[in-house]
Amino acid sequence: MGVNIDVCDLRAWFGSAEVLHGVSMHVRSNAVTAIIGPSGCGKSTFIRCLNRMHETVPTARVRGSVNIGGFNAYNGTPAVDVRRRVGMVFQKPNPFPTMSIYDNVAAGLKLNGFRSRRDLDEVVERSLRMAALWDEVKEVLKNKSGASLSGGQQQRLCIARALAVQPEVLLMDEPASALDPISTAKIEDLIYQLKERFTVVIVTHNMQQAARVADSTAFFLMGDLIEYDKTEKIFTAPADKRTEDYITGRFG
Amino acid sequence: MSRTRFHDALDELKDRLLRMGGIAEQSLAYAMNAYRHGDRQQCALVFETEQAINSAHREIDELALDLLAMQQPMAVDLRLIVAVIKINADLERVGDQAVNIAQRVAEVLDLPPAELPADVPLIAGIASQMIRQSLDAFVRGDADLAQNVLVTDNEVDRMKREIEQAMLAKMHDSPEFTRQALDVLLIARNLERIGDHATNIAEDVIFWVRGADVRHGKVDVIG
Repeated sequence: MGVNIDVCDLRAWFGSAEVLHGVSMHVRSNAVTAIIGPSGCGKSTFIRCLNRMHETVPTARVRGSVNIGGFNAYNGTPAVDVRRRVGMVFQKPNPFPTMSIYDNVAAGLKLNGFRSRRDLDEVVERSLRMAALWDEVKEVLKNKSGASLSGGQQQRLCIARALAVQPEVLLMDEPASALDPISTAKIEDLIYQLKERFTVVIVTHNMQQAARVADSTAFFLMGDLIEYDKTEKIFTAPADKRTEDYITGRFG
Repeated sequence: MSRTRFHDALDELKDRLLRMGGIAEQSLAYAMNAYRHGDRQQCALVFETEQAINSAHREIDELALDLLAMQQPMAVDLRLIVAVIKINADLERVGDQAVNIAQRVAEVLDLPPAELPADVPLIAGIASQMIRQSLDAFVRGDADLAQNVLVTDNEVDRMKREIEQAMLAKMHDSPEFTRQALDVLLIARNLERIGDHATNIAEDVIFWVRGADVRHGKVDVIG
C-alpha cells in the first residue's frame, strides 16, 4: 500500500546555489500528485530529494525533513533503504541493455538477495502484470533483451522493474515525454491503476497530462512551491496569479 | 511557450461576441421602436436582423469549439471560452425574443387601438440596459458591474408582474380588448425573459472573472 509523504522546509543546493527554498508539502497516499512548473523551477530536484537521489550529484546538499510513511528519509536511514521504498522511473527508458526482460525486472530483487527461482518467477510476472506489459512479453521473457522492446514497452519495463522491489512510493520524472501518444495513453492508464497500490508523484511538463492523471497538482516556480491544490482547482480556477499565468501560457 | 496566436484568437472571439451583442441590442431597439411608433418597417428590420444573429451564433460556437479542441485552454482562458459559448446562446435567445415582440406588435397593429395601462417602454428600457451593462461587464472583465445586473433583474420581474395583473384586469373589465391586452402581456413576458438572459450573461462574466458559480442564488468557487 502507498504511504503519505510529509515534506517539511526542504532546501536543496547545488554547490552554493540554493534551488529549493524551503518547500513544505503533504503528499497523499494512494493518489497521484503532479509537480508542474517551468524548466529550472526545482520540480525534478524536489522529487529526487524524496528518494535521496539528489545527493548523488557532487556538491549537492539537502536540509529539511522528508517523512515517508512514518520514517524520516534523512535521519540516519541508509539511502539504499529509502530508494527501495521509493522507486523511480525516469524520462528516458533505461532498461539494462544486455539483460533479458526477465532479468531486468528481477535485477533489483537479486541485488536484495532474493534467490528462490519460483518466488522470482512470481514477482516478475506480478510486476509485469502491474505494469501492463505481461501479455506483450510473456512468450519472450528470457530470450529477448529489454533494449529490443519499443520505447513505450521499455518504459513499462522500467516501471515493472521499479515495482518488483515492492516500493510504497513511485516517483516518475517525465515518464511519457519521449513516447508517442498511444504509448503515452498506456502509461497514463497505468498510472491511474498504480495509485491503488502506491503513492505516485509525477513530474511533467505536459499540463494536459497532469490534468488527466493527477488528483493533486503542485506548481513550482524558481525553487518555491507556489500553489498546491486539487487538480481540477489548479486547472480551472487557480488561486495564485503566477499559477494562472503559467498554465495559460502567459509566461514560461 | 508563447501562445500569442491563441491569445489573439481569444481576442477575436471576444470581439465577435461583442458584435453579436450589438446586433441583438439593435434588434431589441427595432422591436421597441415598432411598438412605440406602430411601425411595421421596424418589425421587418427585426426579422432581417435575426438572420445575422443566427449566423453569428453559429460562427462564434464554431470558433469556440476550434479553440477548445486545438488549444486545450486552462483556467481563466477555459472559463472565458465556456462563458462565451453560454453568452452566445443567451444573445441568440435575446434575438428570438425581439422577433417574438415584433410578431406581437405586427399583430396589435391589425387590431383596433386600445388604451392599456402598461409602461412597456419602461420595462424595455431596463431590460435593454441590463443587456448593455452585462456586455460592458464582459468587455471590462468587471465582476462588480455584472453583480449590479443581477440586482436589476428583480426590478424587471416586479414590473412584469404589475403589467400582467393590469392586463388581466383589463381583459376582465373590457373583454373587447382581450387580444390587445394579451399581446402586451406577452410582450412584457418577452422583455422579462430578456432580463433573465442579461442575468445569465452577468453570471457567466462573474464565472469567467472570479471562477465562482453564482447561479441559482448560490456562490460556489469552482474546483
